[in-house]
Amino acid sequence: MTKMMSYRNALVTAVTSEMEADPNVFVFGLDVPDHKRIFGSTAGLVEKFGSKRCFGTPLSEEAMTGIALGAAMSGLKPIHVHIRSDFMLLATNQIINMVSNVRYLSGGRLSVPLVIRAIIGRGWGQGAQHSKSLHSLFAHIPGLKVVMPSTPQDAYSLLRAAIQDPNPVIFLEQRWLYDIEGPVDLNLNEKLGHAAVKKEGKDVTIISTSWMTVEALKVAEVLNKKQGIDAEIIDARSIAPLDEKTIYKSVRKTGRAVVLDYDWVYCGFASEIAASISEHCFDVLKKPVLRFGFEHVPCPTTRPLENLFFPAAPKVIRAIENMFRKAPSDFKDEYFFSYDNKFKGPF
Amino acid sequence: MTKTELLQIYRKLLVVRMAEERISAEYHLDEMKTPMHLGIGAEAISVGVVHCLPKNTKVFGTYRNHALYLALSDDLDGFFGELFGKNSGHARGRAGSMHLSHPDHGLILTSAVVGTTIPVAVGTAMANNYQNKKETVAVFFGDGATEEGVFWESINFACLKKLNILFICEDNDLAIHAFKKDRQSYESLERALCAFPCHFAKGNGRRVDEVIKTTKVVLEKMKETPGPGFLHLDYFRIVQHVGPGFDFDVGYRQKPTDPLEYDPLPIFEKHLSENRISNTELSQIRRELDKKISMAVENARKAPFAPADDLYLDVMMEV
Repeated sequence: MTKMMSYRNALVTAVTSEMEADPNVFVFGLDVPDHKRIFGSTAGLVEKFGSKRCFGTPLSEEAMTGIALGAAMSGLKPIHVHIRSDFMLLATNQIINMVSNVRYLSGGRLSVPLVIRAIIGRGWGQGAQHSKSLHSLFAHIPGLKVVMPSTPQDAYSLLRAAIQDPNPVIFLEQRWLYDIEGPVDLNLNEKLGHAAVKKEGKDVTIISTSWMTVEALKVAEVLNKKQGIDAEIIDARSIAPLDEKTIYKSVRKTGRAVVLDYDWVYCGFASEIAASISEHCFDVLKKPVLRFGFEHVPCPTTRPLENLFFPAAPKVIRAIENMFRKAPSDFKDEYFFSYDNKFKGPF
Repeated sequence: MTKTELLQIYRKLLVVRMAEERISAEYHLDEMKTPMHLGIGAEAISVGVVHCLPKNTKVFGTYRNHALYLALSDDLDGFFGELFGKNSGHARGRAGSMHLSHPDHGLILTSAVVGTTIPVAVGTAMANNYQNKKETVAVFFGDGATEEGVFWESINFACLKKLNILFICEDNDLAIHAFKKDRQSYESLERALCAFPCHFAKGNGRRVDEVIKTTKVVLEKMKETPGPGFLHLDYFRIVQHVGPGFDFDVGYRQKPTDPLEYDPLPIFEKHLSENRISNTELSQIRRELDKKISMAVENARKAPFAPADDLYLDVMMEV
């Protein structure tokens, strides 16, 4: 059954269906049951499942993560929610020192079916402590899965897959994506670990994460219209484990690669992808792999600087035009996304 | 306590002490390549508390965990196998001394970052609650852990939810080489904890009989009025923080003159002789254990290491 719904409703629908299917699934975290319901993504859960299975917590991110680990090791399936990824840093001791290695250090005797959802803030002065994505940091740690859905369908299917997965999963949701509307096939079952080819193309491969998939589609549209360049877009979706095959297959076809990541470039996911492509596809590369991501500064609050901080389509288009030795196209009639000019979809 | 019970406890105390003395004696051979945080002097706490725990209690501990492991499992082959880094260890050598566990015998997890197992134990107690299980959870930690934020976060949540969990603070006054007076501003742990609704008791952790008595009182109170229990037990750390040496050898602290002041073994042996248990019986146990330990060490020495193919095994569960 396919329905049109927003990304936020896709999240609620996924959690609701998993909670209905398995009494061991529960949702908790700061503000989870309050009247705002984490931007609506936990709406209706406390009414439907009661405060035993949907509850708020003290402001104790580290302990609550340890508690989630203890619960997961006991056969429950906790979903711990952070209204900003930045707050998850208070829990990194538990996530990195404990959650990620319990299975290995127990010689495979224990497993940790735990989902940690976190929202990546953006715009209207979110600033340095409300806008991090942190996926590169968590993907660096063996024993964790890291997922970044960019469409309502992925929000639904990948969250369900994350809850069903017997391993710890960090599930990162970019705030602007919440308003996107799109078709969701409620019967589509997916497993974690697969990238998605969002658009086929023959000239250049664009590998994107999270919100940058929206930007990548815009890049492809403009390049196609203005320059006749046919870009292939791969939404990584799973940061760890990485679907290398899909990426290499595409680069082997196009001979060019551009990574659009929603994180800092230095020591980040964009760099990892560029290095991997260089190692595995060097023989077919016509140009060096390009990387785009956050500027290497803390996220500034003021709008003019914030606009410079985030990677966006216009800059990427210029770089790809340069890659193909094309003159810069005219952007006059182009519509680019900004806080005031948000994309609502559907894709 | 009956004579059988007394001897059972003595056997536990002694197996821990003798296993750790064997580790000390063989450490220099460089076969057990894992940092050993010996608990010589602390045995009465693990042995005494474990003796009182109800069946199916899930137990969590720290890197100073040998006593806990042997009090719960008696599995000397698994113990030395893990210390030798061999495939016969419970985690096939991935854990070593600092992460020993034996889930089949109730030792769920131990950890080398101070305070990290405390919230995990609380989560286990919460899961028991969620699943309507009456079972208990016990978590051991040192006095240093009580300075970690996560300790207070965990106590707060456990008390808030009135969880069935026993916190055991093994207080040796030292965090590596820093004394409590240089680390803690509050008058006492008891005073600092007094606003939390938990069943608190203090006791002498060098006397296994006293540990048992205090533990039983707290477990009884937890049954009467549901909520966490808290045992604050002190002991004297005879060996240094890590490795087999002694702190008093380097003039860093004074050794008390009389072992009956600080060493749980002679203290309990005196108690046994007061209960008319003869030295001959105790020597018999000692000889038996010595043989068992020698055999376990030899088995570990002969056991194979994990094959190279195992490196990536069990990082994640296959889906």
